[in-house]
Amino acid sequence: MAHVLVVTSGKGGVGKTTSTAALGAALASAGERVVVIDFDVGLRNLDLLMGAERRVVYDLIHVVQGAAKLTQALIRDKRIDSLFLLAASQTRDKDALTEEGVERVIRELRPFFDWIICDSPAGIERGASLAMRYADSAIVVANPEVSSVRDSDRIIGLLDSTTTKARHGEQMEKYLLLTRYDAARASRGEMLGVEDVLDILCIPLLGIIPESKEVLNASNVGTPVTLNNPASAPARAYNDVARRLKGEEVPLVVPSDKSGLLNKLFGRRAA
Amino acid sequence: MTTRGTTSFKFRGGTFHALVVRPGTPLEAWLADIDKLLARSPGFFAGKSVVIDVAGLSLTRDAFLGLLDELSKRDIRILGVEGADPSCVDGRVPSLTRDKADKPKRRAPAPAIETSAPAPASSILIDKPVRSGQQIVHPHGDVTVIGSVASGAEIVAAGSIHIYGTLRGRVLAGAYGNARARIFCRKLEAELMAIDGHYLVADDIEPKFRKASIQAWLGGDALEIANMD
Repeated sequence: MAHVLVVTSGKGGVGKTTSTAALGAALASAGERVVVIDFDVGLRNLDLLMGAERRVVYDLIHVVQGAAKLTQALIRDKRIDSLFLLAASQTRDKDALTEEGVERVIRELRPFFDWIICDSPAGIERGASLAMRYADSAIVVANPEVSSVRDSDRIIGLLDSTTTKARHGEQMEKYLLLTRYDAARASRGEMLGVEDVLDILCIPLLGIIPESKEVLNASNVGTPVTLNNPASAPARAYNDVARRLKGEEVPLVVPSDKSGLLNKLFGRRAA
Repeated sequence: MTTRGTTSFKFRGGTFHALVVRPGTPLEAWLADIDKLLARSPGFFAGKSVVIDVAGLSLTRDAFLGLLDELSKRDIRILGVEGADPSCVDGRVPSLTRDKADKPKRRAPAPAIETSAPAPASSILIDKPVRSGQQIVHPHGDVTVIGSVASGAEIVAAGSIHIYGTLRGRVLAGAYGNARARIFCRKLEAELMAIDGHYLVADDIEPKFRKASIQAWLGGDALEIANMD
């Protein structure tokens, strides 16, 4: 039975879709059966990052509305057999999503996959709300920057109150993924440090992804960064996160594109 | 064949909470203060039921109606007026008398975090952080938070507010007319602190109290703050 993960943030542009693609690919490369679902109806991007934008026939809205079956809408990745994409519609918008439809899609996917990763849109309205509604756990993506952190705090509040888990009185596991981290700027005080962010958000740290040009390079060629350049710093960081998701204890270091001593961080353990 | 009775309306009594606002004189100066408040917090009165207490102000009918107009221009919804001279009230706004016991029988707008006790507890304890956008409203007593209060979160309490963590949001203590309420926090980074309607925004808080462990109370008409270390 699948574990349903929502990748959410509140703020836009912090790395949800990049992380969904990277982690989906990393988990699938390790043999897991993974489906990534784009909930950003009308502004879809996950298909671009997965390099599947020219193969989308049916999408999430078609399935929600019963116009297509899941098997028709799921797009298998060309590089990894066990990785699938359920794209969002580009012509509709989030009002086309229904709670029953989303619940049914997730329920029908569960028996066939190990991981269902829901790529949430930015914001706190319907799209974000439905993306998190049926999740088992959440990855909250934040940049070390004040607006992103405050928006993530808002999202954490919503994860604790509006999801099905919360309504049943259960606590949803939430993990922080700190993205676009620049160690040099943090040490100069130009950017929030890891401890500052954790102090405000009070959720366990899942990983730190360094700022890198590799992310744009990968997106330009429609390949998740973990596949495009596995030796790069963000790819290594995402691979570490995937291992942690599977339960392995991986010491937290912030990989740098340059080799060097700057990288060990307080010897802290990640969640 | 029996004839069905006509449906009749049912009327019940109810006790509700409202924000009671007492205009000061001269009215123009008081309205200017309201404008300053709205400039800083445009949503301050949004969704709130407001009762105007004009007892002892000896307003003429014109002055009273003018006041209602001014408030309505500022989008402040008046539920009723207390203490108005019968000659002033023309039915535009209901005249209210305060319940003698003044005991709340019904809760104010639902708090974002529900208390576990079935009867309204006199003080509540929240043992996790209050997240941005959450609003805790407790018209019965003190609120204690074990954890931080995020920027963009709001706590409104009839009594004192105790934060065992960092206060980054807004706190309104003594919000139902209790000038003796206090505010305590381990680390002050508040956006706004108020006791019984007297407030300070972050800019007005002396820099020496930023990030400090403090208590705040009402000394006369102004909030006073002192270090707790």
